[in-house]
Amino acid sequence: MAHVEGQQHDVQGQQHPIGIYLKIWGLLFVLSTASYLVDYFHFQGYLRWFLIIVFMLLKAGLIVAVFMHMIWERLALMYAILVPTLLLMVLLGIGALEADYTFFTRGVFFVRGLL
Amino acid sequence: MSQANPTSAAKALPLQEGVQGIVADWSSDQRAFKNVPWGKAMMWIFLLSDTFIFSSFLISYMTVRMSTTVPWPNASEVFALHLFGRDIPLILIAIMTFVLISSSGTMAMAVKFGYEKNKKMTFILLLLTAALGATFVGMQAFEWSKLISEGVRPWGNPMGAAQFGSAFFMITGFHGTHVSIGVIFLIIVAIKVKRGDLDHQRPGFLTGRKGNYEIVETMGLYWHFVDLVWVFIFAVFYLW
Repeated sequence: MAHVEGQQHDVQGQQHPIGIYLKIWGLLFVLSTASYLVDYFHFQGYLRWFLIIVFMLLKAGLIVAVFMHMIWERLALMYAILVPTLLLMVLLGIGALEADYTFFTRGVFFVRGLL
Repeated sequence: MSQANPTSAAKALPLQEGVQGIVADWSSDQRAFKNVPWGKAMMWIFLLSDTFIFSSFLISYMTVRMSTTVPWPNASEVFALHLFGRDIPLILIAIMTFVLISSSGTMAMAVKFGYEKNKKMTFILLLLTAALGATFVGMQAFEWSKLISEGVRPWGNPMGAAQFGSAFFMITGFHGTHVSIGVIFLIIVAIKVKRGDLDHQRPGFLTGRKGNYEIVETMGLYWHFVDLVWVFIFAVFYLW
């Protein structure tokens, strides 16, 4: 990742040209419109999921990277924040496994009730 | 890294980059987060904890939705509005999304003008951000009233699975609270900018720390985070 410092004069802080914020703003509008259109045109199945998640991650990435200045921070801060966040994928996996199991046992229970 | 300020210990030595930089920063004396104001590092750590809170909500929402045997209400229809003589799906939520993204854009520019010590523009942009945030909360209040009038409750609803109501009120309620708190703090920071508290390094009323334009960026981090959470809520709650 490029470690561009913008124009660092006597002030310590993040200084970047205004154009980059306006560009990201525009991109976020485009991506939001795109994810709204996924629903509007009733895409279903794996295509819907793929598009929703791609647009979601792109938007989140742009906000964190540029608006929150993460690409200009030192790696020590970047890793301290992003690595624990990625660990949440484990919780997500456990949740999905357990939900599948609960759904299965509920199915078994209701079918037994019918017999 | 230029050595512009030799009196500052943080800038006296050149900092290493890459993996070596991580090791050097973390094993160094006094502070691991170089080149960031103390308040900003702490805001990031607070946001990390908040990330875990919202993730727990969204993951438990996923768990109850995947495990229920009752059909889930169709968000596209539940959140449709009757406009121009027809039902437009999810339109209110889409507008709320654009409002919040715009407020993030104005906030980013407020931070930029803050570091340039442009008092007037910083003040205007902070107030604009607060106004957009308040608009968002207003629309959310409208959405809540609409759903409540249609009989959606945290313990059940006429459209389908009971968990829909509990997840909806819990997640959007917690997010709306974050936005509301953000609006209050945006107004406080805007007043500080307008009064010149940050130019003259006047101590704050709560912490007593010297005023500094860095607090605009710290405020900005919180505000962008609120927008960030909405990106995930929009995708997994409204579009699923």
